[in-house]
Amino acid sequence: MQKLLLLGDEAIAQGALDAGLSGIYAYPGTPSTEITEFVQKSKYAHEHGIHSKWSANEKTAMETALGMSYAGKRAMVCMKHVGLNVAADPFINSAITGANGGLIVVSADDPSMHSSQNEQDSRFFGKFALVPILEPSNQQEAYDMVHYGFDLSEKYLIPVLMRITTRMAHSRAGIVRREVRKQNELHLPSDLRQFVLLPAIARKRYKHLLNNHAHFISESEESPFNVYIDGHDSSTGIIVCGLAYNYLMENYPDGKVPFPVLKIGQYPLPKKLIEKMADDCDEILVVEDGYPMVEELLKGYLGIGLKVKGRLDGTIPRDGELNPNILADALGKENTFGLPIPNLVVGRPPMLCSGCPHIDSYNALNQALSTLEKGRVFSDIGCYTLGALHPYEAINSCVDMGASITMAKGAADAGMNPAVAVIGDSTFTHSGMTGLLDAIVEKTPITVLILDNATTAMTGGQNSAAMGRLEDICKGLGVEEDHIRVIRPLKKYHEDFVQILEEELAYQGVSVIIPRRECIVAINKRMRDKFKNKPTATP
Amino acid sequence: MKKDIILAGVGGQGILSIAAVIGYTALEQGMFLKQSEVHGMSQRGGDVMSNLRISHNEIASDLIPFGQADLIIAVEPLESLRYLPFLSRNGWLISSSRPFNNIYNYPDIEEILNAIRGIPHHLLLDADTMAKEAGSLKAANIVILGASAPFLGMDFELLENAIRFIFNKKGEPVVEWNLRALKAGKEFADLNQRNLA
Repeated sequence: MQKLLLLGDEAIAQGALDAGLSGIYAYPGTPSTEITEFVQKSKYAHEHGIHSKWSANEKTAMETALGMSYAGKRAMVCMKHVGLNVAADPFINSAITGANGGLIVVSADDPSMHSSQNEQDSRFFGKFALVPILEPSNQQEAYDMVHYGFDLSEKYLIPVLMRITTRMAHSRAGIVRREVRKQNELHLPSDLRQFVLLPAIARKRYKHLLNNHAHFISESEESPFNVYIDGHDSSTGIIVCGLAYNYLMENYPDGKVPFPVLKIGQYPLPKKLIEKMADDCDEILVVEDGYPMVEELLKGYLGIGLKVKGRLDGTIPRDGELNPNILADALGKENTFGLPIPNLVVGRPPMLCSGCPHIDSYNALNQALSTLEKGRVFSDIGCYTLGALHPYEAINSCVDMGASITMAKGAADAGMNPAVAVIGDSTFTHSGMTGLLDAIVEKTPITVLILDNATTAMTGGQNSAAMGRLEDICKGLGVEEDHIRVIRPLKKYHEDFVQILEEELAYQGVSVIIPRRECIVAINKRMRDKFKNKPTATP
Repeated sequence: MKKDIILAGVGGQGILSIAAVIGYTALEQGMFLKQSEVHGMSQRGGDVMSNLRISHNEIASDLIPFGQADLIIAVEPLESLRYLPFLSRNGWLISSSRPFNNIYNYPDIEEILNAIRGIPHHLLLDADTMAKEAGSLKAANIVILGASAPFLGMDFELLENAIRFIFNKKGEPVVEWNLRALKAGKEFADLNQRNLA
């Protein structure tokens, strides 16, 4: 079969399509977005009725995928690592209910925070939920693991977590496809109480999950993705998780590592293989992208058992993404280095595009607040977070999806007046609505700007669930009609915008201002797509 | 044959198109390829880079180690300097001399160009003017690709075929001006590489 050149994300999507996927559920989030987009563009998916529309947030995505699994079909749910926090409730509980049709949860971590607010390690969530975890080291494995993962999920009726990182998600390589498997027929769980987590049932289900743990370890021990490679120098054994294997091999161009190597691609950890390494080697070097999860487990809190090296003892930096040079250092190999970066080189942070509607919104907001002490604008996750930077310096927080409104409410409760929230349209429907309801219930004096650019811009312009619904949602939640103000953020309306802001900042209740103008990138994309809007990916 | 290439520029300048042309050519020759890209927030006018590795043998890491890049191909001069730690001792830096000035503290362009001129193996060319002469300013990235062509170890005709394949959907004029841009870049490199060597 001919090789397909795919991003890691795309390899996962292609794997899912070929493994009999019936539906993919997700909210866009770098670096996971392209998985769902690939299915959305797939002609095969269209022809076979495979669901691929965006969900309102990761929690609804996870729950919907669980529902599809309940109905016996194979489902995938994809998110960035912090999305798994949002989906944590259904995710953890799905391990107790178990699955029916195969269910894979893909969580894309972002070590070094290329596009995120933290670098949390999703493997901890998998361990926490007690589900099997798969971690590919290359695009072919990513593709193969989806087939394997769905089979594993259906063998034990358990959701499987697939953990990838930015580098895996956004790196391209050739993959060879397998034959396409048909979708499952609709079939209900054999026990119709399996998904009813009443305490009496949940206790039984939890015991069932705990009993399965030994099986999951056996599966890991037999897994094609966990491989023990012998080496003649047993002074050190090396455990490499996921992509770390590639960085290790980069340091041995002839492919011969003198040390025993344990390549990990499936968790819980394969006990027998770890035991073998512990028996054979004087010390163990653990190399993993993300947190030192395996290292901590093997080392123990007091570090008085096995001799283990890794991120905790400084052999490898405590934070940040791995690379071949870090491995060279850890192995005591000589590193190469090019030329130093000249001092004159300055950073070039991302910025709001020329013509972006947010620029007009921030200019108006800054002017309306100019007579007041700075530091009263709470913001959120999206392109508009760039308003924190020069030259706007207009916002004072960015924490998690939806936190702008609730933090503004908290500050207002503390006596800050006026308190302002700035949130995007898609972020609002993701997680802002419930916080707004809190403020409405208490008539808290906050001014909320919902920057409506008619798209989910930062992740590349996906459909926004808020489209055409914002005023109705706000009215429905209970915002007074007089205090829902819509303005077109353009230079020529600047004075009007400032006046609206001043009026609403003075109002001692909940105001919502909706500056509405389409994202400049989205307009351009829409115009281009007009001429070539045809599905591209084929099975 | 193995080439490790750093592609550098500002979001939206078309470094992924350069990668696509080289990648397509490599695959047509049955080579292995790994290409790590930047997606997400940085694409909003921030610095972007891509690690492109092609080889007749299997490739281990998605990332090029420091000091081992055969080429830095940059469509913007300030960005070309950001990745110098990756350049190998005999590696070449090929960059456009035209600044993309979207930051308030952009350094003095003469100082940037002088820093590039201090690098042992470099080519500096006004890709914008050459692209305009070839038919469109949009082809500046392909001018830079053309200037890199002599260092890629690939037949020039194969690169031309890749241009035809990749830009085919956009119509014949786009293919034509990109082919002219590619050729203009290559001719510049052939001439100046000799002068410098």
